[in-house]
Amino acid sequence: MLEGWVIVAASFAYIGVLFAVAWFADRRAAEGRSIIRNAWVYSLSLAVYATAWTFYGSVGRAATDGVGFLPIYLGPTLMMLLGWFVIRKMVRIVRLNRITSLADFLASRYGKSALVGALVTVIAVIGILPYISLQLKAVSTSFQILLGYPEIVMPPRAGTLVAMQDTAFYVALLMALFAIVFGTRSLDAAERHEGLVAAIAFESIVKLVAFLALGVFVAYGMYDGLGDVFARAAQRPDLDVLMAPLEGAAGSYATWVWLTVLSMIAIVLLPRQFQMAVIENTDERHLRRAAWLFPLYMLAINAFVLPIAFGGLLHFPEGNVDADTFVLTLPMTQKVEWLALLVFVGGLSAATGMVIVETIALSTMVCNDLVMPVLLRIRALRLTERRDLSSLVLDIRRAAILALLLGGYCYYLLAGEAYALVSIGLISFAAVAQFAPAIIGGLYWRGGTRAGALAGLSAGFAVWTYTLLLPAFAKSDWVGAELIEHGPWGIGLLRPTELFGLSGLDQITHAMIWSMIANVGAYVAASLARRQSAAEHVQATLFVDVFQQTGEPGSSWRAATSAAALQALVGRFLGPARAAEIFAAHARGRGVKSVDELEGDRDLVRFAELQLAGSIGSASARTMVATVAQEEPLGLEEVMTIIDEASQVIAHSHRLEEKSRALEAATQELKAANERLKELDRLKDDFISTVTHELRTPLTSIRAFSEILHDNPDLDPAERQRFLGLVIKESERLTRLINQVLDLAKIESGLAEWLTAEIDVREIVLEAINATSPIFRSRGVQVQTLAAESVPPVVADRDRLLQVLLNLLSNAAKFCTPGKGRVQVRLAVAGDRIRVDVEDNGVGISPENQALIFEKFRQVGDTMTEKPSGTGLGLAICRRIVGHFGGRLWVESEPGRGSVFSFELPAAAAGRLVANA
Amino acid sequence: MRKPSLRAYRIIALFLLGCLLFNYPFLALFNVGATAAGVPVLYVYLFSAWGFVIAAAAVLVEGGG
Repeated sequence: MLEGWVIVAASFAYIGVLFAVAWFADRRAAEGRSIIRNAWVYSLSLAVYATAWTFYGSVGRAATDGVGFLPIYLGPTLMMLLGWFVIRKMVRIVRLNRITSLADFLASRYGKSALVGALVTVIAVIGILPYISLQLKAVSTSFQILLGYPEIVMPPRAGTLVAMQDTAFYVALLMALFAIVFGTRSLDAAERHEGLVAAIAFESIVKLVAFLALGVFVAYGMYDGLGDVFARAAQRPDLDVLMAPLEGAAGSYATWVWLTVLSMIAIVLLPRQFQMAVIENTDERHLRRAAWLFPLYMLAINAFVLPIAFGGLLHFPEGNVDADTFVLTLPMTQKVEWLALLVFVGGLSAATGMVIVETIALSTMVCNDLVMPVLLRIRALRLTERRDLSSLVLDIRRAAILALLLGGYCYYLLAGEAYALVSIGLISFAAVAQFAPAIIGGLYWRGGTRAGALAGLSAGFAVWTYTLLLPAFAKSDWVGAELIEHGPWGIGLLRPTELFGLSGLDQITHAMIWSMIANVGAYVAASLARRQSAAEHVQATLFVDVFQQTGEPGSSWRAATSAAALQALVGRFLGPARAAEIFAAHARGRGVKSVDELEGDRDLVRFAELQLAGSIGSASARTMVATVAQEEPLGLEEVMTIIDEASQVIAHSHRLEEKSRALEAATQELKAANERLKELDRLKDDFISTVTHELRTPLTSIRAFSEILHDNPDLDPAERQRFLGLVIKESERLTRLINQVLDLAKIESGLAEWLTAEIDVREIVLEAINATSPIFRSRGVQVQTLAAESVPPVVADRDRLLQVLLNLLSNAAKFCTPGKGRVQVRLAVAGDRIRVDVEDNGVGISPENQALIFEKFRQVGDTMTEKPSGTGLGLAICRRIVGHFGGRLWVESEPGRGSVFSFELPAAAAGRLVANA
Repeated sequence: MRKPSLRAYRIIALFLLGCLLFNYPFLALFNVGATAAGVPVLYVYLFSAWGFVIAAAAVLVEGGG
């Protein structure tokens, strides 16, 4: 059955089905019923990662290394876990800035630099071309082997074939056709290809089904289950080492780690992966599903790699069959033709998927970041004046796809046989890894500059070329082997595979270590060496803080132009009809009726630039927009002005804050003063009403007794005498009250006369005790005096001071329980002050009343039920007197345990100053 | 998203766990000739650890909350 025409027909039929799937998806997309807006399709499309390299090469590697192939798939598993953070950030940036490729991404990040874009493109093309040729080689080899059926014959070397007879050549052309049809049919602002994505998802299913079918066949058809395969292999000494291959056949743990890191980078930064994961992403939430579904896909497609590898090694013990072809040769030896054909189609799908997406992604880069910027800068071509450039852009892309595929084919013819499949793939991975520092720095470090990116990429790429590409060329005899063995000019330290004497590592680990040191080092050093320009800073912020932005990014365009001019410009790349449509929609969105009413302000310029960026890349779009809108990027001076203005504003606001604080404080003070005034006013009213009340009480009794005496002339003499005595007593009280009020008023108004002299406090204390002894005796209160023998004189008014002491003593007598009272008077010197205490064991004063008793007319106790036993002015006057002589009067008391009234006066030397003041 | 959610921390923790599982010294523990049900323990370990990480990721990202 497996004749040549059958295989060819199957291949064409398969590619025909691909066209159909893609066409169907495109049609559905045009109808608005997309089939790719689906997390499952998205996850499957990521499986473009599994190329012919996975399909054929994993088994080949497993046959020599055991589990050594696995890090290439474990790395992506880990990376997809971080996808929600890292890839989602890229997706957001790409959508907001209409980025079309990896090169565009880096160019846009580093100040829309055409140079960065071009450098990235060159690295990507040089790095990926061998990878493409690897796919062509796989297709060609598998075709040749299948053609030999039923014999198992290894194909001859590629170089011996003539291109016209080689299937790989025709396969390459077919792939180019597919890529051109579905990748460059029209210029789309979002640069998405629904048909392409659908076809890739379909291919992922085909290759998985084919590989699983083969795995089940080998493990359970040819052998008796997985255990049987391994058990038989373990009996062969040469295979037994593969059971525990680490630190042996599979290389060191360092190799393992580096392969994991390399594949973590590759899963995002391979141009085809970036295209599928980031550019073609229709919904950020799809990343959630992909975080486990895509790793699961890789687990499934790798599950049978080891059984197939061991099965092949057991089946072909002579080693005359290349392990890379076990996948195909095993079903052939068992004469299972349909499975052999299915495997061939699976391998074909793995290869076509990779090649198609990779060439489309690379062609976008070549066109937007390499060719167009150059063409637009060549004034002689007058491209900027052409009316419709869209067909030119598409033609460049088509040509780029064709050139890439033919380039890959040529590379395959010239060098394809030198390495096993896996080695070629890893060299490409290492090339792509050179983007990682610039990308990661670009995403998370605002300080990364254009110069840093250029330096890092150049340094990394140079080391990659020297340590990986050069040895690869040597194996193809393009450069002398002695260069690799002895180093250039015989300098051993410069040997490309053992640079600076670093030996004992495999080539990839060795190259990664040196290239990453060079790359990261140059990136960081150059970024830190010079200040970044304003445009770079704007872009850096757009990228790093993308999640803090709402809506579309701001614009650095400041000059105005007309809407018509912008529409004409966009029309030249997207076609006039499409441009009119876009602008009309934009006008509606802005709430105006037609495009003519749109103002050519900076927002419109930015809008036009974004539309162009979607089709020709950000760097070229900038150049084009600059032709109609005069660009005035922020210069350093303007930035400084802005910063200056900002700091002035900050200073102003600081001052404002201070002033408002001061105002608030002033308001508080005013409020307090107002309160105080109100309080004083209230106190004055209280004082007057209290005074009148206090005056009325004795007056009322005097009047009442006088009326009784007047109306009853025949009153009993004894009774009359008693009433007269009361009248006299009340009059005395009235006089005392009036005297005290006047006294207080005089003191308060400062009109009181003070007869100040140096006086001996001890003498006054003793005199006061003498004067009050009748009261104490009458109430049965004991008085004790503890007076220092001599105290320094104080400057005071003798009578006033006596008044204070008499008041304190009579109060003490008054509040002591009759018969049990004890009063102690102490006189002491405390530093430069004389202190007098009058302590009683009376009722005491509650803490809340201790301050009140010094106020006017405040008497402790219920004035409604108890007859006041004083005027309520005594202590107020005492405090003022003591205060007048620079001393103070206070009370310490506990209810029920008595009180201590104390006052201090400065001794004469200190007191004189106050008295004279 | 400015303040990472608990789920975000869990995913990062799973990532770190994966880094640990797929690395020295765990690999060295299983890099011995022994077999489990006829299959070398290193292969059993790698695929089950891999499966575990995938399953945990599925539970984490698809689960509610």
